[in-house]
Amino acid sequence: MLSQLKAGWRLLRRLSGDDAYERYLRHYAKCHQSDCASECHTPLSKKEFYKQWQDEKWNGVKRCC
Amino acid sequence: MNTQLNKIIWLIVSILGATAVGGIAINRGEDINALWFVTAALCIYAIAYRFYAAWIAANVLVIDTTRATPAERLDNGKDFVPTNRWILFGHHFAAIAGPGPLVGPTLAAQFGYLPGTLWILFGAVLGGCVQDMVTLFLSTRRDAKSLGQMARDELGQLGGTAALIGTFFIMIILIAVLGLVVVNAMKHSPWATSTVAATIPIAMIVGVYMRFIRPGQVLEASAIGVILLLLSVLAGGWIDNNATLRILFDHEGLTLAWWVMAYGFAAAILPVWLLLAPRDYLSTYIKVGTITLLALAIIMLQPEVKMPALTQFIDGTGPIFGGKLFPFVFITIACGAISGFHALIASGTTPKLLINERDIRMIGYGAMLLESFVALMAMIAATVLDPGVFFAINSPAGVVGALEIDAVAKISSWGFPVSVEQMQLLANQMGEASLFARTGGAPSLAVGMASIFGSAFGEKLLALWYHFAIMFEAIFILTTLDAGTRVGRFMLQDMLGNIWPRMGETSWTPSVIFTSALVVSGWGYFLYIGVIDPNGGVNILWPLFGIANQMLAAIALSVATGILIKSDKLKYAWVTGLPLLWLIIITSSAAWEKIASTDVRVGFFAGANDLVAKLASGSMSPEKASVAPQLIFNLQLDAWLTVFFVALLWLIVFDMLRVCGRYLAGKPVPPLSESPHRPSRWVEDWVRD
Repeated sequence: MLSQLKAGWRLLRRLSGDDAYERYLRHYAKCHQSDCASECHTPLSKKEFYKQWQDEKWNGVKRCC
Repeated sequence: MNTQLNKIIWLIVSILGATAVGGIAINRGEDINALWFVTAALCIYAIAYRFYAAWIAANVLVIDTTRATPAERLDNGKDFVPTNRWILFGHHFAAIAGPGPLVGPTLAAQFGYLPGTLWILFGAVLGGCVQDMVTLFLSTRRDAKSLGQMARDELGQLGGTAALIGTFFIMIILIAVLGLVVVNAMKHSPWATSTVAATIPIAMIVGVYMRFIRPGQVLEASAIGVILLLLSVLAGGWIDNNATLRILFDHEGLTLAWWVMAYGFAAAILPVWLLLAPRDYLSTYIKVGTITLLALAIIMLQPEVKMPALTQFIDGTGPIFGGKLFPFVFITIACGAISGFHALIASGTTPKLLINERDIRMIGYGAMLLESFVALMAMIAATVLDPGVFFAINSPAGVVGALEIDAVAKISSWGFPVSVEQMQLLANQMGEASLFARTGGAPSLAVGMASIFGSAFGEKLLALWYHFAIMFEAIFILTTLDAGTRVGRFMLQDMLGNIWPRMGETSWTPSVIFTSALVVSGWGYFLYIGVIDPNGGVNILWPLFGIANQMLAAIALSVATGILIKSDKLKYAWVTGLPLLWLIIITSSAAWEKIASTDVRVGFFAGANDLVAKLASGSMSPEKASVAPQLIFNLQLDAWLTVFFVALLWLIVFDMLRVCGRYLAGKPVPPLSESPHRPSRWVEDWVRD
């Protein structure tokens, strides 16, 4: 029961983008550590990341009729 | 044993589906339970998804589950992100389902429940879902390129340009007609107007919260927003009862139209985080929540459908919009059956998130099935109303008369009895001053939803449910309006940038203001004309939107058919070719009717000439005569716009046929732009994040 609730909560967070920053950090840890030649910078702060993420999300046709 | 059981189950589903469709189709003169519609839909969807969609995926598209998708290859943690298929299904569905599938079926219910229902069911499984799925597949195989880009690569410059221009014009017409729907829902309704107005500051509060107070805490902010929205519905009722406050929100349609335009302009130049993004969150939650609630209510309540299967208006004399059953039912219901706009989401946006090609069927085909189901629920909500009430709400004053007594006499004379007292009682229950001639579909949908919700969850709250339904429609209509104006602005900046590079800079303030103003005046013009038109405007704008949207679908299907033939799959080209052929037939014949018909309510030129003659003979009332010149100009403009759309359609189709003909004759054509096969790293250890 508890695990189902937790799974539901994770789904909701994922759907809404609530966990976007955590996912970004995981992505960063996975992809930017080993191969640091091209882009070597510390990960963005949550505020910075969220800004970019939101602006990116709304660039282009994102909603329909 | 298992396969035996499987066969038996599918046999039962088929028999049940066939019985339900048959029951809906042959029923005459008796009320029929809405559960039949739901059953028919679910069985048809299940069969189509299990067999047709699976067959297309396996044999026509030849899905390759070992192939790395753009999300895997180009993963950057931002826009290319491998995403769990259920999450992606949610995103994709939220993006494709807007107000279209709610408005179209409501208007098309004037033909009776049968034509619209059949088109929603079969149009979706054979046309709309196929278009979405194939486009998603093609874009996935091409690094998530947009439809316009694919058209340019695969057919040539012409196809790409036509797709771009087509998209721009659809946007303009779409926003105008949706703006009109909102204006008509708010007209002289302080409750609706104040609730809709409150959504703007609420969105801003949520935006500031997400950006500055607790950055990135999307769920917290959304929860606050949703609670405030529900409170705003309650507060609207209080304002409506307050003599001083209600005057502030009691306005003519034209005043509201100016406000909507000002709002659209502001939304296009304000930063996205302040208004657009938070509003979108709220509208998505409200949309998904309300649609789920409506489905539950219909299943719990099992309302009787009171509209006949077919009405006499299939002959083209319908009060809501003029035009015969063929082709106008197919134009009126675009979203929910087949919608070209989806191709813009299915290319570009969704493929960037797709983990594996095996999810294409579920997301492309499946999400459109769900949208079709939303359209079916709108059809049910419209047809459970007494037909007399339905026509009284949706018929413009220009057709049935401005006086209530005339309107009920006329509607009753059609065989749909209704009385002034009945309408007044209904209006009182819904907390509105009057429900006569509230065109546009939103008020009638809201009355339908309120009566369904009211019987399922409590009769006393009808007025609250009604205004909740209005808020629900308005909030995502305004989201489409914001987002559409903004996209229109970007497209225009892109086009003007070719002439004057400075204009192409999306953040150069003079360019932002100039292009936003241009886009807003584009749709604002049609909105203005729609509001001053005594026939309600929707009857002109909605068919125009339908034609434009079907034209975009034809572009997407042309690209798909061209690629199938170029990939040596001529024998399967009918999968997209037949829906394309059908779209060409309906779009061209609807355009022909709109241009050449001598019926003044159908033909644009005929309508214009009729007004010219009436104006010259002086038989018009002074107030009608004062707006007549503008209406005449607009009708002529609409006629030329229709010519333009249909010319664009034929241009693309011929371009596709030319490319295919050259390919089949062994002559050089633009090569397939599919990106090379790279094996997925995830096939072995299959992790869905």
